[in-house]
Amino acid sequence: MSPPKIAFEQVSCSFLLKDEEVRAVGNVSLDIADGEIVTLVGPSGCGKSTLMNMVAGLQEPTGGRVLVDGAPVDGPGPKRGVIFQQYALFPWRTVAENVAFGLEIAGVPAVERSATVARCLDLVGLSAFAGALPKNLSGGMKQRCAIARAYAVNPAVLLMDEPFGALDALTRITLQDQLLDTWKRDRRTILFITHDVDEAVYLAHRVIVMAARPGRIHAEIPVDLPYPRDEAMRLSPEFRDLRNRVWNAVFHQH
Amino acid sequence: MSSEPDIRTRTRLRERSTRNRMLRLNLLSAAIGLGLWWLAAHAGLAGLPGPEAVARRAFELAASGVLFVDAFASVRRVLIGFVLGTALAVPVGFLMGWYGWARGTIEPYVQFFRTIPPLAMIPLAIVFLGIGEVPKVFVITLAAFLVSVIATFQGVINVDRVLINAARVLGAGDSEVFRKVVIPASMPFILVGMRTGLGAAWSTLVAAELIAAQEGLGHRMQQAQVYYDLETIFAALVVIGLMGLAMDRFILWLDGRLTSWQERR
Repeated sequence: MSPPKIAFEQVSCSFLLKDEEVRAVGNVSLDIADGEIVTLVGPSGCGKSTLMNMVAGLQEPTGGRVLVDGAPVDGPGPKRGVIFQQYALFPWRTVAENVAFGLEIAGVPAVERSATVARCLDLVGLSAFAGALPKNLSGGMKQRCAIARAYAVNPAVLLMDEPFGALDALTRITLQDQLLDTWKRDRRTILFITHDVDEAVYLAHRVIVMAARPGRIHAEIPVDLPYPRDEAMRLSPEFRDLRNRVWNAVFHQH
Repeated sequence: MSSEPDIRTRTRLRERSTRNRMLRLNLLSAAIGLGLWWLAAHAGLAGLPGPEAVARRAFELAASGVLFVDAFASVRRVLIGFVLGTALAVPVGFLMGWYGWARGTIEPYVQFFRTIPPLAMIPLAIVFLGIGEVPKVFVITLAAFLVSVIATFQGVINVDRVLINAARVLGAGDSEVFRKVVIPASMPFILVGMRTGLGAAWSTLVAAELIAAQEGLGHRMQQAQVYYDLETIFAALVVIGLMGLAMDRFILWLDGRLTSWQERR
């Protein structure tokens, strides 16, 4: 077996809230294989985002280790692409300039930069909006731009924190299919947080259901449906069974 | 795609008609103000000179060149004070917003001096700086600085955490986050600070010209006051108001250019 792409080794993370210790994550161990899509679901306050932030390097574990490609995470960096629910586009930059941001930081020369930007915009279907400002985009387009921006620096893993949570159902499904379509080509490891049980099952090789106080893994449900996935699969009895299992694990934890 | 030029033209036309409507309202409002003034003056209210008398005096002052000398002296003071104050305020505000040590050391002074009206510094300015241009420009600079520094500082601490995180995960270090995120993100605040700072500079001007000025619109008004020359006082007031308005419009225009990326109503 190849070593895990992302490894949580007995990770905990606590912080103080009004002098009270809150254990956002308590002793979580989890391996994510190279090329695997893992979705995290669970009630609010179960530490999903904390777990992801530790991989991103935006938060330090108070116990245990988080490894990416065998090396402990040390601060944020372009190796781990993050997609935020709030899009987090730079509003003063056009779509193309947003996508170029990470490349500018990396010192990629202008010619190569614009080629990469064009390729990434094409990937998410935003080529026609390269010159638009974020304020003129719909929610779905904003998130596609954020995804293109993350792809541009070619990260080893993608961390997605409820990326489609603020979008309407139709757009969400389109973006799910687009994500799987891109994954089919690059097989990039994806850690994906969602509140939507259908989304969790549809995307994942494995659904991790978490429980709160302290945040921990409550259940691990492998999704043994083949890729590529499509609408017929969404409506299949196998999908429904898995969905019900995840649902019960999320909403009936006691 | 074929309908694109059409919608562009339509949007541009709509924007233009909104602008025209605003301009018409502005002009109408100014005309009403002038009319009321005229009525009040001709009703003999408190010996108020009418707009036509003030305009006549303004032309006389302009013809003799006095008005231009005064206006130039005043604008020069306001501009130097405003530019110095803002140029100082923006870096200091950035320092305060970005570094805890800078906030801790500078903020008490800023808050302390903010409660003192810049005009109250005039006696002190005369003692220390004499009666030349320096003390006048100094109080104007101080007034503009205190307003702008707070605005810049607020701008920096209001930068969305998520944007900073987004930059960091794309590989940005401290200096890149500062240059590529904090500065552009606080631009709207800085421009608001500049607008209010400019207002503060103008409102400090007249009092600053109390300091043994030889020329300037504030000085002209004080001279006129001695001779009960209301026309001159009004003419100077109107000129100050108009120049202030023009400079404010310039900053608004700059704001439109620099921060058009903002979502606005």
